[in-house]
Amino acid sequence: MSIKGKVWKYGDDINTDVIFPGKYTYTISDPNEMAEHALEDLDPDFAKNVKENDIIVGGKNFGCGSGREQAAVCIRMAGIRAVIAKSFSRLYFRNCVNNGLPVIVSAEAVDAIENGEIIEVDMDKGTITCAAGTFEFPALPPEVRGIFEDGGLIPHTKKILGTD
Amino acid sequence: MGQTFAEKILSKYSGRTVVPGEIVEVKPDIAMSHDNTAAISVTFEQLGVDKLDDPDRHVIVLDHCTPPANEKFAMNHKITRNFVKKHGIKHFFDIEQGICHQVIIENGLCLPGTVMVGADSHSTTYGAFGAFGTGIGRSETAVIMATGKIWFRVPETIKIIIHGEFPDGVGSKDLILKIVGEIKADGALYKAVEFAGPTIENMTISSRIVLPNMAVELGAKIGYMIPNEETLEYLEGRAQKEFEVVESDPDAHFEKVLEFDISDLVPQIACPHTVDNVKPITEVEGTKIDEVFFGSCTNARLEDFEVVAEVLKGNQIHADVRMLVFPASKDIFLEAMRLGYVQTIAEAGAIIMNTGCGPCMGNHEGVPADGEVVLATNNRNYKGRLGNNESEVYLSSPLVSAHSAIKGFITDPRNN
Ligand code: SF4
Repeated sequence: MSIKGKVWKYGDDINTDVIFPGKYTYTISDPNEMAEHALEDLDPDFAKNVKENDIIVGGKNFGCGSGREQAAVCIRMAGIRAVIAKSFSRLYFRNCVNNGLPVIVSAEAVDAIENGEIIEVDMDKGTITCAAGTFEFPALPPEVRGIFEDGGLIPHTKKILGTD
Repeated sequence: MGQTFAEKILSKYSGRTVVPGEIVEVKPDIAMSHDNTAAISVTFEQLGVDKLDDPDRHVIVLDHCTPPANEKFAMNHKITRNFVKKHGIKHFFDIEQGICHQVIIENGLCLPGTVMVGADSHSTTYGAFGAFGTGIGRSETAVIMATGKIWFRVPETIKIIIHGEFPDGVGSKDLILKIVGEIKADGALYKAVEFAGPTIENMTISSRIVLPNMAVELGAKIGYMIPNEETLEYLEGRAQKEFEVVESDPDAHFEKVLEFDISDLVPQIACPHTVDNVKPITEVEGTKIDEVFFGSCTNARLEDFEVVAEVLKGNQIHADVRMLVFPASKDIFLEAMRLGYVQTIAEAGAIIMNTGCGPCMGNHEGVPADGEVVLATNNRNYKGRLGNNESEVYLSSPLVSAHSAIKGFITDPRNN
């Protein structure tokens, strides 16, 4: 699987309160509406201009703070197809995997990628290609990859339960 | 070679000897959810099973927006109550009971040597009782409802040893802020953090809880401490089932061992807009404040009420400041009332609110205006955390919050 899209690049310690504000966590339940508020307190231009297949690039500890799953759902619904960061908060990492959103750890790639450029992520080969070159990233553990490949935890569980 | 607490408990629960980095599947003893149960129940229903794997495993506490601020929150509560009835969930605590983590503790559900998950990042709190406690997502909670199971990566462990005695005016909140300031918000990413040493052993339960509660602010998967004598006594007659304390082996391998001596520690303040932007109070003393938020699962327990009441006794809160007080549970509220703390605090001009999370995540009950400064005893000060991204939030101990409420600016309790 390969993802090609425009980069939205942000800094270190991007927390879930700026990705999806706490005040909406119990009032918005429609995923499409979540997308309208994605990154609202960080980058008001994001939700308006993001396109299908775009990619978010962050620094270290991306998604720290509250474990709210909507912070993963909202960017996915907004069109984001991968998040690349130097490191992720563990709950954010889990929430992304559980929603079928690829999370990629590569400090070198993050340093090399420019905001706004078009990059390509090859999930099968484990490579990120940007203007500055091609970077490899480690594969997800097979157990986790299984969830991601089934499209997220819910379809994955349904498959196991035989209720799909 | 010996095992750390995290390795040991995940070995026990997965039925094989595991090492850090491995992925295991376990059945947690407790899965907690709060107002988000409404959303979780919808996801559960998508899974195509009609019964919970084990209703007794689930604890549901309504606390995040109580009483409901509008019809949407009210609907969430209604959906949750219906779900609880439909599935016969006995560990249900309605809006009058308190903040989820405190309610779980008071009801003897937080037990040493157990695995506890919560659809709330501060579920690391349970480590204060020697449990493996960690936050999970909404989908994961729904899946536990259906299957009872969840996967974990076995974490490496960082041990933090604390020495020394707290100087006057300094307490566990200052200690954890100091640690977060030193090792930063990603200092323990994916790791288990074990708090140890004589200082930790001698702390009260309420003070101890503050450390694992905020371990997640270091990025940690769990925060753990060996239950001390006071903790085990507290559990006598309260624990809802038998338990076995699990400790790290003496020859366990820790990825890192950090030591802190608190003999010279001064009160600490987390400044806007990150929890790890921590400064000694001397650097921010005098910062004018508009609101004091005394509450949350970090610092609104009985001993916090005692500290605050002592400071406020016979004083008046500054005319330009409003102080909002949220007891962490109904039991704490009643006890604080019986002991006269509530009376004293109210006489000083504070607003006594209901038990629950209050404005902690910006839902209601004290959202600041643009440009306002809040001094809060909770655990997070991200931009917008209290519901307005044009406000600034500083975090402190309850003691500092009380002194500051009187003065109208951030005040060093040691000079007062
Ligand atoms: S008090 Fe704040 S941090 Fe604690 S559970 Fe409630 S919202 Fe979360």
